[in-house]
Amino acid sequence: MALLEVRDLRVVFQRKGEVPFTAVDGVDFDVEPGQTVGLVGESGCGKSVTAMSIMGLLPKRGNKVTGSAKFEDTELLTLSDRQMRDRRGRDLAMVFQDPLSSLNPVIPIGLQVTEVLERHRDMSRRKAMVEAADLLDRVGIPDPRRRLDEYPHQLSGGMRQRALIAIALACQPRLLIADEPTTALDVTIQAQILALLAELVRDSGTALIMITHDLGVVAGLCDEVNVLYGGRVVERGGRHDLFQVPRHPYTYGLLQSIPRLDAPKGERLSPIRGSVQDNIPWTSGCAFAPRCPNATDTCVEVTPEMVPDGAGSVRGERLLRCHNPVAQEVPA
Amino acid sequence: MSTKSKIDALAATAGKIGDDPGVSVAAAAWRRLRRNPVFLTGAVIITAFIVLAILAPFIAPHDPTDPMLGDQVVKARNQIPESQEGHPLGGDQVGRDLLSRLLVGSQQTLLVGVLATLIGLTGGLILGTLAGALGGWVDSLVMRAVDVMLSIPGLLLAVSIGALFAQPNIYTLIVAVATVQIPIFARLLRGSMLAQRHSDHVLAARALGVKQRAIVFRHMLPNSLGPVIVQSTLVLAISIIEAAGLSFLGLGNPDDRIPEWGQMLGRAQNVIDSHPQLAFWPAGCIIVVALGFTLMGESLREALDPKSRR
Ligand SMILES: Nc1ncnc2c1ncn2[C@@H]1O[C@H](COP(=O)(O)OP(=O)(O)OP(=O)(O)O)[C@@H](O)[C@H]1O
Ligand SMILES: [Mg+2]
Repeated sequence: MALLEVRDLRVVFQRKGEVPFTAVDGVDFDVEPGQTVGLVGESGCGKSVTAMSIMGLLPKRGNKVTGSAKFEDTELLTLSDRQMRDRRGRDLAMVFQDPLSSLNPVIPIGLQVTEVLERHRDMSRRKAMVEAADLLDRVGIPDPRRRLDEYPHQLSGGMRQRALIAIALACQPRLLIADEPTTALDVTIQAQILALLAELVRDSGTALIMITHDLGVVAGLCDEVNVLYGGRVVERGGRHDLFQVPRHPYTYGLLQSIPRLDAPKGERLSPIRGSVQDNIPWTSGCAFAPRCPNATDTCVEVTPEMVPDGAGSVRGERLLRCHNPVAQEVPA
Repeated sequence: MSTKSKIDALAATAGKIGDDPGVSVAAAAWRRLRRNPVFLTGAVIITAFIVLAILAPFIAPHDPTDPMLGDQVVKARNQIPESQEGHPLGGDQVGRDLLSRLLVGSQQTLLVGVLATLIGLTGGLILGTLAGALGGWVDSLVMRAVDVMLSIPGLLLAVSIGALFAQPNIYTLIVAVATVQIPIFARLLRGSMLAQRHSDHVLAARALGVKQRAIVFRHMLPNSLGPVIVQSTLVLAISIIEAAGLSFLGLGNPDDRIPEWGQMLGRAQNVIDSHPQLAFWPAGCIIVVALGFTLMGESLREALDPKSRR
């Protein structure tokens, strides 16, 4: 049975006097225990909002979340605030994009680690401090004892993100959601943090939802990948299948727009034309149609359904939401 | 700028992370302050003032309550002791040494400033935290009351409150001055708490299931205090001036044995034509001290405000 089962998740933002805005428009995906699942898509496609609604972190007012997010046997979306608070940090945890602003600037790192231990594991401050040093050590922070007394601004960006990962994993959650955890870091540090995350979730058997717009990150980390467009999953597949045989024109476009070192000299990058602003709502066809090179009349008239797709080596299930997928040969 | 928009602008500076890597906000602010002549001027004035206030009983040349020059006072002809040997500033209307009274008077001023600020701060902290942390109807209720109070000019409000007390003394004066500051602190704190509520580190704490109380007192409140500290410095100046104003209007301690600058200034009204020094010295002291706090507060605000950083 899946650890997390998201079905038809929909988040509509509505402020008084404004047109409702559908940020997440019926997302389905599963996360198996210990599995690493990628949520990929360009800025504004609803990745963070998906994560926040699963974590119950969206503001109380001004939005409506429908659908279902089942964690083990619990429906998360209908839990009370208190029940959800008891689970956050213990059963599911989250790491955010900006490590500096995610730490409290006026509290030493040590206290920020022990806080969650005291909260969920009923540890005394003293025991928690010992554990905290151990945790910092495990995420590769040198001289952890000294670091416990330091403030966030005294740590480097990479150290901060390591500390945040230590805090998130302190109570051994079964699911970790990482929302672009490396975007704010230097490239060299990015690789280290990703390697650390991969190692930690592998060793502890934690399932990971990796949110990113960087396909390189996905390629190195994820077992399964969900490509999001306009608040819906448009393609899902195992990492290898998806990269070798992208079927949705959007996925294909994303892969084509990555700069490659091995590309022939003088070859131009081919970014996907248009931007998310060109979206049409999913109710009247395919939201990607206005930007899609393969678009036909059907695409703007009939909303494509998510259907199984037999492309690639097919290691496990593969799903696709497209009327005119990219041909199955390996892209050049 | 209206009071409200000023408060809100200050609140918006809360909890901003230092832009220099590896430096905390406080350290960055201090680096800027250390070389700021405006801040240094204010700091020198205030340090001198506090030292004088503490040492006043020991360095005052005479007993400020003793009418030792009383024989030189002729009430009918408004004759008041002039500057003379041992009394460089002369005496007051009943023949007490003016210099000693000014020196010892600084204690009352310091007391008023500090107590009024503390009371205003405490009241504002409680109301602002309630409003900022709980939101909803508590917030609406508190802020409605605060806005009503803010719409009344401060001194007028202080005078009205001061006039409520049948027997005015230094403490009723302090309460009157402090009450005016409560809504300012409350609005200020609520503003910076609201900004904190949507900050990344509060979100991160919520993502860990940290309890609401810890979120408020450990994550929101300490990061909201920057603007409050700035405002406190400014309020020290404001309350000293307002207390002097109230004293001047006769809402202070009717007993004038213990010297107090505002009251001294008030009593000097009748003789200001013939003996302007009786008004000049206390007024000068009030202005200089208030200026000192204002200079400090303003440069502190500038140092903490990311928009005014160069
Ligand atoms: N609190 C909110 N109120 C209104 N709209 C919101 C809110 N939060 C997010 N949105 C909107 O929802 C859409 C999806 O946002 P989301 O943050 O999930 O994007 P994302 O995929 O995470 O992008 P990025 O890569 O930039 O982080 C955006 O258009 C955004 O403007
Ligand atoms: Mg995002």
